[in-house]
Amino acid sequence: MNLTLTINGIDYPIQCSPSDTLLATLRRLGFYSIKFGDEQGLSGSDTVIFDGKPVNAGLMLAAQAEGHKIATLEALGEHPEQGWRKTDGLHPLQRAFVETGAIQCGYCTPAQILAAKALLDKNPHPTEAEVREALSGVLCRCTGYVKPVEAVMRVANQSSVISNQLSMDKSLITDPLITDNYKTVGKPEKKVDAVKLAQGKPAFAADFEKRDLLHAKVLRSPHAHALIKRIDASKARALPGVAAVLTWQDIPRVVYSTAGQSDPIPGPLDTFSLDYKVRFVGDRVAFVAAETPEIAEKALGLIEVEYEALPAILDMRQALDNPVLIHDEPEYVNFAGSHPQKNLAAEIRIDIGDVEKGFAEADEIFEGEYEVPKVQQAHIEPHVVVTYWDEDDRLVIRTSTQVPFHVRRMMAPVLGLPVKRIRVIKPRIGGGFGGKQEVLMEDVAAHLTIATKRPVIYEYSRDEEFIAARSRHPMRVRMKTGVKRDGTITANEMVALSDTGAYGCHALTVTGNTGHKSMALYVGDGEYRKSPNIRFYADVVYTNTPPAGAFRGYGVPQGYWPLDRHLEKIARALNLDPIEFRLKNTIHAGEYHPFSTAWNEGREPRPEIIHTVGLEQCVAQGRAAIGWDSKFGNPDWHVGAGSSRPYRKGIGVALVMQGTAIPYLDMGGASIKMNDDGSFNLLVGATDLGTGSDTVLAQMAAEVLGVPVDDIITYSSDTDFTPFDVGAYASSTTYISGTAAVNAAKIVAEKIQKRAALMLGSNIEYSSIRLFDKAAHAPDGRSVPFTEIALDSLHRQKQEQIMGVASYVSPSSPPPFAAQFAEVTVDTETGQVTVDKLVMAVDSGIIINPQTASGQIEGGMTQALGYAVCEEMTYDEKGAGRERDFERYHIFRADEMPGLETIFVETFEPSHPFGVKAVAEIPMDGVAPAVGNAVLDALGVNVDSIPLTPEKVWKALKGSGK
Amino acid sequence: MDLSINGKLYQVEDSPNRTLLWVLRDELGLTGTKFGCGVGICGSCTIQIDGVATRSCLTMLSQVEGKQIRTLEGLATENPDGSLQLHPVQEAFIELQVHQCGYCMSGQIMQAAALLDENPAPSEEEIIAGMDRNLCRCGAYPRIRKAVARAAEIAAGG
Repeated sequence: MNLTLTINGIDYPIQCSPSDTLLATLRRLGFYSIKFGDEQGLSGSDTVIFDGKPVNAGLMLAAQAEGHKIATLEALGEHPEQGWRKTDGLHPLQRAFVETGAIQCGYCTPAQILAAKALLDKNPHPTEAEVREALSGVLCRCTGYVKPVEAVMRVANQSSVISNQLSMDKSLITDPLITDNYKTVGKPEKKVDAVKLAQGKPAFAADFEKRDLLHAKVLRSPHAHALIKRIDASKARALPGVAAVLTWQDIPRVVYSTAGQSDPIPGPLDTFSLDYKVRFVGDRVAFVAAETPEIAEKALGLIEVEYEALPAILDMRQALDNPVLIHDEPEYVNFAGSHPQKNLAAEIRIDIGDVEKGFAEADEIFEGEYEVPKVQQAHIEPHVVVTYWDEDDRLVIRTSTQVPFHVRRMMAPVLGLPVKRIRVIKPRIGGGFGGKQEVLMEDVAAHLTIATKRPVIYEYSRDEEFIAARSRHPMRVRMKTGVKRDGTITANEMVALSDTGAYGCHALTVTGNTGHKSMALYVGDGEYRKSPNIRFYADVVYTNTPPAGAFRGYGVPQGYWPLDRHLEKIARALNLDPIEFRLKNTIHAGEYHPFSTAWNEGREPRPEIIHTVGLEQCVAQGRAAIGWDSKFGNPDWHVGAGSSRPYRKGIGVALVMQGTAIPYLDMGGASIKMNDDGSFNLLVGATDLGTGSDTVLAQMAAEVLGVPVDDIITYSSDTDFTPFDVGAYASSTTYISGTAAVNAAKIVAEKIQKRAALMLGSNIEYSSIRLFDKAAHAPDGRSVPFTEIALDSLHRQKQEQIMGVASYVSPSSPPPFAAQFAEVTVDTETGQVTVDKLVMAVDSGIIINPQTASGQIEGGMTQALGYAVCEEMTYDEKGAGRERDFERYHIFRADEMPGLETIFVETFEPSHPFGVKAVAEIPMDGVAPAVGNAVLDALGVNVDSIPLTPEKVWKALKGSGK
Repeated sequence: MDLSINGKLYQVEDSPNRTLLWVLRDELGLTGTKFGCGVGICGSCTIQIDGVATRSCLTMLSQVEGKQIRTLEGLATENPDGSLQLHPVQEAFIELQVHQCGYCMSGQIMQAAALLDENPAPSEEEIIAGMDRNLCRCGAYPRIRKAVARAAEIAAGG
């Protein structure tokens, strides 16, 4: 049909089909700021302004929009500098979003800005509650909403002051001189990608036009466990508009693992692109490529499949030694303790010291069992990939991934192509949180491109995100702890049963982390401190449920719920101060990481000393910020005031640690080259997925080179022209890739010094030349600007390209530490837990950029809050997922948030040139136990499984007779 | 209008007076065929219509309805195992490294292929006569001549 749409004041005559959504139509017209988030309009990332009101473009037909005024972010503002043409620059809201650090991945940013604009157009001076309500229709999984709300308030109040919820304690810096002289490190520099994201530029994987693009869909199994006895795709292939249908009979059978990890993959190889057996509801059965998504969908229904249903294992407790075998394929490749005949994907047995002796020496033994759920990463940008043959017949994979180099290496054998004939491009990523540390669906589009020779796009639906992407491993964990009456831990044991689902991706490494990074925090005290007694055993079992995988925290949140809840119970049972009891037993600087002497993900252990521990300061700052001393143990405070309902208040704490990269394994590379005007290209394999890593890497390079961040053009990542990097995971980028960037910058700096010495004349020793303010400064006061150095080196004398390439792998993984505090109100009639405030004091070493780093803490705490109180994936008796959209699977909205406060306690980690440790994952770890402890503090009852739903809390209350 | 290009049927909604070159390039994405002069002099836009080398920049859509159009994209064939079988002219051009910039090569190859279809064993003079209306500014003419002769050899099984 023909119709005219009025978009941003311009009439567009278009042709479309009556069933086309406004979202699809606008994107086809090139308005890429409008994003697909989900089919139900609950994510709100498809927001447009429709006659002045924000609406979901994905829920409207294009035909309904004729005669109405549509406004998109594209019309809002422009980059202030457009060559000789002057512009009015960005809209105040766009500017505020850039300046407050409100943009992380930027995928929901256009919708947030439009929702805010609709509010301010109506109500120029809203309250914070009104702003939060206006933003509540746009889900953001990155920020925790602190900074987006600040940005809108800032415009509303015409104020240039950012309300500062961030405090920095520099008291622990080993030498204040080190950082006081920094020009850009430690400063809240604007994110280097913020301006384009605030404008909704086509920066993401799906924002891409390609002629003859085919749309892929996947037929998924309705059975939890079945053999495909017969599959006939002939009717689907005959449907006009279908370009290819692939079943397991059509493609090579190559066993692999989808876990995006270094070679060799530390886990079993147990996966095929397509197989004759399906192992969970949602497993792949066939791939279709067609001219439109609708035709592809229709073709799925024409594929005839005859299944032989097999008995399924849905409960992890029934998996071990069950006669039903989930992996009986002959191609299965074992790794370490995997044992498919027992449905065992990995087995971990770590004994440090003499645990039985420790138990024998204890005054009391405490035992308990805890449960943590399966939860979803729920990045707002779904998994999406575009594949095509380029003009050299090389396969280009433009994909939303955290691991572009692993995608290339791991896809090569699956596709039957050498690595050199694959190019992986990682554009901007709309959040990953571990979900994209998986080579999840690149093969679908790639197989279809190989079959059809045509470009193919494959974008997950939100439903597929829930039933066919990865998730956090659910676990059942038993704790046994021996304690002296004075609170000394004599032995500590954790035994975990972990459910990897149908495939063993990340099975060993996630579950290893569960013990490795939680149990290591408590070494005991006195003689036990010298030789801690720690045991961590785990069985990671297969079940017929969607596979678990990597999710921010990578197993560690699963460890801290049982560990810290258990310690809280012990402190209360022994009448010890919960904070003092914990601190008495925590690891100190100068001590060995206990696990480093015993275990290394199936490789040779390498003992490692921890150099910096800022825990005591974290506790001191955090308890002051939340008012611990006036609340904890104060009976009056616990009574919820001002209401007739029986509310109780509670306060809780948890101490946590994480790691920083995988030592001797994680490697990052960087290259820097100087341009004619003295600016620099920084090319990194590191994968910014919204975290701000492009910015902090640029800051570190800029600091070494003596230029503003503006003069560094960061690009990440493209396997054809950026150096290798393992990718964005294991909290490694600032530490590993950052050191690589610093090392590359040092090479370039030395070349600049030598060039300056050459230009200044004979008597100057090059190493005496200092680089700052975009110039090389000699001790005698003379200086050469970088513009001259660049022109001299490229055009005038002894020409050379000033350039440096470096890489870095670390022998250590210095843990960040944190004290997490939570304050809750519980409705004792309904069991509803409302978290009122979260305060997190973090020792992440030196903070390169307080704005991006605090954004990580705020967003991480928000995800962890969902883990604590509302997020859970469950399955019915046939193994079908119950939570398949943002209605059933609730993630926190802007108007539901507690107060969030971040405190950085800076230590200087000596193994990094700028003293940094990781920041991104640790905020996942402590919220759930701190909230659980606060609920205990409020009610006097324990709930040992999360999420702390009203039902569970209510039942616990009833069971306790309170 | 239905166009048969490289054995495949394309539906084109366009004016019959539209130039075939631009329909190929802009509407259908078959960019192997190049624009050089637009007046039929340089030969960069050479394609085959019913096997005859033709300047697509001077061909109107109305002239090709119902005819078999072949462009460079359709010159190679597929073996039974799915692998690509280059045309002897393509093989010879690669073997003798004829290409410099490569811009006129699409037209050169289509012209040469048509020539060999008509005359499988051309003499040097016949090659020169057959190819001399396809311009090459890189000056690859000697190699083009050798490559056409070599292509004839390859086609003859050599």
